[in-house]
Amino acid sequence: MGRQNHTEVGRSVPRLDAPEKVKGEAIYTDDMVLPRMVYGKIKRSPYAHALIKSIDYSNALAMPGVLAVITGDEAPNKWGIVPQAANEVALALDKVRFCGEGVAAVAAVDEETAEAALDLIEVEYEPLPVLLDPFESMDRAGEVLIHEDAPDNILHTGEQLFGDPDQAFAGCAYVLEREFHTSYVNHAFLEPHSSLASFDPQSGKLHLWSSNQVPHYLHRQLSIVLELPMNKIRVTLPTVGGGFGGKGEAGPTDFCAALLSRKTGRPVKVTFERNEVFFTNKGRHPCHMKMKIGLDKDGYIQAVDFDNVLDGGAYSGWGMVVMFYTASMIHLPYRVPNARARVRRVYTNKPTCGAMRGLGGVQPRFAMECMLDEMAEMIGISPYELKLKNAVESGYRSVSNLYVPHSEYKKCLQTAVEKSGYLDKHGKLPYGKGIGLAGGYYISGTAYTLYQSYKPHTTVLIRIDTEGGVTVHCAAADIGQGCNTVIAQMAAEALGVHYEDVHVVSGDTELGTFDLGSFASRVTYGSGVAIKEAAAEINQKLKEVAAGMTGCRADQLVVKDRRFYSVFEPRKAVEWEKVVDVYTNSVGTLTGIGHFSPPRLKGIDLARGERVQGANIGHSPTFGFSCQIWEVDVDLETGKIRVDRVTEAGDCGQPVNPMSVEGQVEGSILFAMGQALFEEMKLDPEGKMINPTLHDYKVPTAMELPEINATIVDSYDPTAPFGVKESGEGPVQPTIPAIVNAVYDAIGIRFTDLPLTPEKVLKALKEKKAAE
Amino acid sequence: MKQLIALNINDNVYEVPVDPRDLLVDVIRKKVGLTGTKKGCGLGDCGACTVLIDGSPVLSCITLAIACQGKKITTIEGLVENSGRLHPVQQSFIDHGAVQCGFCTPGMILTAKALLDRSSRPTLEEIKRGISGNICRCTGYKKIVEAISAAGETISQEGVK
Repeated sequence: MGRQNHTEVGRSVPRLDAPEKVKGEAIYTDDMVLPRMVYGKIKRSPYAHALIKSIDYSNALAMPGVLAVITGDEAPNKWGIVPQAANEVALALDKVRFCGEGVAAVAAVDEETAEAALDLIEVEYEPLPVLLDPFESMDRAGEVLIHEDAPDNILHTGEQLFGDPDQAFAGCAYVLEREFHTSYVNHAFLEPHSSLASFDPQSGKLHLWSSNQVPHYLHRQLSIVLELPMNKIRVTLPTVGGGFGGKGEAGPTDFCAALLSRKTGRPVKVTFERNEVFFTNKGRHPCHMKMKIGLDKDGYIQAVDFDNVLDGGAYSGWGMVVMFYTASMIHLPYRVPNARARVRRVYTNKPTCGAMRGLGGVQPRFAMECMLDEMAEMIGISPYELKLKNAVESGYRSVSNLYVPHSEYKKCLQTAVEKSGYLDKHGKLPYGKGIGLAGGYYISGTAYTLYQSYKPHTTVLIRIDTEGGVTVHCAAADIGQGCNTVIAQMAAEALGVHYEDVHVVSGDTELGTFDLGSFASRVTYGSGVAIKEAAAEINQKLKEVAAGMTGCRADQLVVKDRRFYSVFEPRKAVEWEKVVDVYTNSVGTLTGIGHFSPPRLKGIDLARGERVQGANIGHSPTFGFSCQIWEVDVDLETGKIRVDRVTEAGDCGQPVNPMSVEGQVEGSILFAMGQALFEEMKLDPEGKMINPTLHDYKVPTAMELPEINATIVDSYDPTAPFGVKESGEGPVQPTIPAIVNAVYDAIGIRFTDLPLTPEKVLKALKEKKAAE
Repeated sequence: MKQLIALNINDNVYEVPVDPRDLLVDVIRKKVGLTGTKKGCGLGDCGACTVLIDGSPVLSCITLAIACQGKKITTIEGLVENSGRLHPVQQSFIDHGAVQCGFCTPGMILTAKALLDRSSRPTLEEIKRGISGNICRCTGYKKIVEAISAAGETISQEGVK
């Protein structure tokens, strides 16, 4: 299967949802109002670690306008996105484990009343020692336990061995060991979480509208916590104002709205304030990493040893998955024949860490790309040359059994280097100015559902009739990344119509067919496979009718541009719409269904043929690659890093909508730049967050927008539907190390702790001067 | 104690009962029902709640509703012409892919409109500074800046107000 002549795929069409968004007509969850609707608010713990001795909400309940109060004991079932480690509850039970954890929730006629009622809830706490550092948490586990069932304050550990790294290191000409530390960052999507629940006591059914990116997992988790069968619950996503992983689980707004609605028999809406978004977090894990890389005399990687302590915060969340991803991420985008990973995900009394754009990849990428930059210098070659010679190519299989069907990573490196003039600038710019290169990759979908089932990850149902034309049903989640438009383009391509002809019904567990949700850059690939399969069934049936209408054999007909025509006699043609009319008049509505199941590979060490725990995490049907080159200007007086220019080249396979791909790339660049330069949630010694606002938690504004030159390199994955791969998470991977490498080129200092604040840069400059 | 005030929003006069402490964003969203104005932070940090008051961008989440009597308030819903034609900034945001999740979009478009009302041919630096109070976490701003610049061109050529 080679590259095809697409007409709907590959076009920069405007997004289907753009008009309603520019008019302010898109309906987000908090914009909704239902008859008899009331408002919910959550009471939060002022302690980061404490036993709950008692909760007295009688005064709150007596307040006029208050309809109900709930506490944790009313919904004690534990939930978790990873069921093997489920340890979260709707509201804290007996104990709080982070400052800001919900302990009770109120439903009242308006938000002001609900807020006033929160103040009347009396909670008696017995404070416990607070553990904020993962190393301290492990050390003091004998004295302070965050979870009774985690005796070392560790959620999970992983030990992975591939080949024989020790022997390989012994034979290496160059070996380098370094430590890296990443910071505690939040997604900072613009729309705070919001949920609107409507429980109907008569039918026993719950309808939940939620600002969420995984309607299916939310559906399952609601079923567990509410003890309702899934077929009594419907989850609908209104327009979603960004997610980046932060809406990749169920959350307190969902559970509290649902529980309060069931208790009051009225619709209940719970919308977070911005500080509640920070308090409940689920952002990126701070990682404390040690990495050792060995190269032979020619610069080929022989072994990588990786040790990672992940600061997980109070609960499990996506933690176990993130932990194993960090281990997996050392196997690409370079050939690594021997590897070892030791990873631990540790509990601390902080808002929990979870999934965040480029999950598990960003931290080890930072370490590896910076170390290879340093090792190139050890060898005396360009970092570009070192990375190019180790880069994986199509058909590569890692020692951990990751299979890469297609890679244009080398083309990404070459393109970015050429367009930026890297080789003419690197090491040659005046002091204070620097240029840095880094590469990266990401998965295009996962291999497994989180609850270890091997059912298809996506189902697409396409309905054809004279009323709606083409309607694609799929419960995929458009969280702003634009998957509805991409789905319409792919369906139009497969059916031979125009993308404007396609209606997409998504984000609804009742109207849409099964989909796991928006994470792991999985939607375009997964839905693409299912769309192709569903469309093939439809095209076959329509061609049989068109055959009669044109007097051609069905297998000689093609469908394109809203017409069926003979490949041999193109004048023998009939309008698509007329064929549909004839089909529906004689047979009725036409449907086609398609599924996507990812390939299933064993998580083994290929060198020794042994199974390795967690090694299947990171497997993906295909992978996207990219390279970024950053040019910075370090102000030697203030320590401030100004970014002048970013040159990016990415392999996303065939772009379905190039304009959307550019949007993902540019968005990724600014997103990751914030983490590199200034973003960080800060806690005081008691675990209380100091900066839970968008004023004090700095995210990039337009003033930080550098010149961005992004190139979509020519690429087509022949194993993928329409040749596609991911583009939403890969481009965040190279950003941090590219900036850090550029800063080294500018001032000769290799930073290993994020973020690179002016304060930190100035201190390092001062120390460097003192040492000289 | 609630009092009845009159607010001129998009050339319609709404009489709404408000508390003196009620914020403009809440009154617009909940009492008037114009939900195009978004609330992203409630503290004046993100710009999603931006509306125009007498033509200037104002953060409605830190503005008291009672202070807006006798003023002309424009929300995103007021930008579309009665014929259904979009304002050039709105059209340009669609054409240039400047919209992703859309939550910053209404505030961003109103800020941009005010900017272009002052000068329809701003430099890139002026555009960046002009929208620096509006956070967008999705787009990386590049396409927004391009969209505003192109809208400025359209406005200069067509003389649209």
